[in-house]
Amino acid sequence: MLQIHREICGYCGACVSVCPEGALELVDAYLTVESDICRCCGICTKACPLGALEVTDEE
Amino acid sequence: MKNEYDVLVVGGGPGGALAAWTAARLGLSVCLIEKRPAIGAPVRCAEGIGKELLKSFIEPDPRWVSADIKRARIVAPDGTTIALDENKAGAEVGYVLDRKVFDRELVWQASKAGSDVFVKTRAVAPIMEGRHVRGAVVECCGKRQDVRAKVTIAADGVEAKFARWCGIDTTIPLTEMMSCIQYLVTDIDIDPNSNDFYLGNDVAPQGYLWVFAKGERSANIGIGIPASKNKPDMRARDYLDRFMRENFPNGKIIECIFGGDPVSRPLPCTVADGLMIVGDAARVVDPITGGGIGNAMITGRLAAEVAAKAIAQGDTSKEALMPYDAGWRQAKMGKTLERNYKVKEYFITLSDEKMNTLAQSIEGINFSEITVMALLTEIIKRNPKMLLELKGLTHALI
Repeated sequence: MLQIHREICGYCGACVSVCPEGALELVDAYLTVESDICRCCGICTKACPLGALEVTDEE
Repeated sequence: MKNEYDVLVVGGGPGGALAAWTAARLGLSVCLIEKRPAIGAPVRCAEGIGKELLKSFIEPDPRWVSADIKRARIVAPDGTTIALDENKAGAEVGYVLDRKVFDRELVWQASKAGSDVFVKTRAVAPIMEGRHVRGAVVECCGKRQDVRAKVTIAADGVEAKFARWCGIDTTIPLTEMMSCIQYLVTDIDIDPNSNDFYLGNDVAPQGYLWVFAKGERSANIGIGIPASKNKPDMRARDYLDRFMRENFPNGKIIECIFGGDPVSRPLPCTVADGLMIVGDAARVVDPITGGGIGNAMITGRLAAEVAAKAIAQGDTSKEALMPYDAGWRQAKMGKTLERNYKVKEYFITLSDEKMNTLAQSIEGINFSEITVMALLTEIIKRNPKMLLELKGLTHALI
């Protein structure tokens, strides 16, 4: 699953724009992921300038 | 908030503000919504803009001009510095703005012209009739309502979610999304009238690092590298922190911002039935500099002008709104974007050694104008041995 490390995230939206599925969104300045849409491809983890996103094996 | 307007603008940055301001001045009823609680904050930008471009929209005001820049310096990997001086070059170097105040001023002007403005109000879905966009479902503090509009202008920035909801693929390839981080640093020794650009694969691979003066002893110091160049142990932030340690170890960081900057070509089409896309959402960011404020304002204004004509004629179909798309592409802005994209694609292939060679070849030249074109013309003129390699670049300039 995609894990958002909220203590690191700057809520800038860089990940939102590269997600090919449109699974990420900034809602009230908080990053949210629609887990039923997310394919855990990891593209967003590369776009994040801070390393706030991580694809983990956790369910 | 009313339920029906002529124009609904989604996003309160410079693109959205100019769209709302222009539309209101043309006598349309306008609603501008901004999802953040405050216009202009948080800043997601290095805040630079060309002087003449800015003046074509609004008279500069000391309340939101942080620095009047007199020169620019480009620093090659080996330290070779190309100095571009305004005294020799006219007023093209630019201002560094205070976006928190500047954005508010633009929205204030839109409001004074008659636009309704709502903050902490976001679009959650478009209202569609078949393929025609008829406004948006908006949410403010948990309350949802329909806002119908004859034309909806998507100015929601790099995220570009609204257009995507309307069926337009706005996804940016990883290689063309610049991953950016910037510190506002105080108590540092800088040239308060200079904007400096540092190049090199060690400093900022396939991107650049900037030091933009914001006063006597403060500056925006930031970096943008392609998202694809971010590695787990060497992200944009790590490059910037290393630069700070080496150059400004005693600087005080009083603000830290992050963001993505699209350096791709613009969207293939920036209109649909009832919808126009402006600014960063339309990807009209300069691929070389990453600057987008001026182009956002250009597209915002043009979108509103075309929308006003379409509404007056009672036809807001894609065909009726196409003069907007064609207009900015055929204008100087569109041509510059296309040229600079090709130039950017060439420059990201350069090794540090090649960059040094090119910089050394034009070091010390008094440029007659400070433009990308002027720099490239000199580079090509002074590197005849590299002509074959530069051929692709030459084509880009024609």
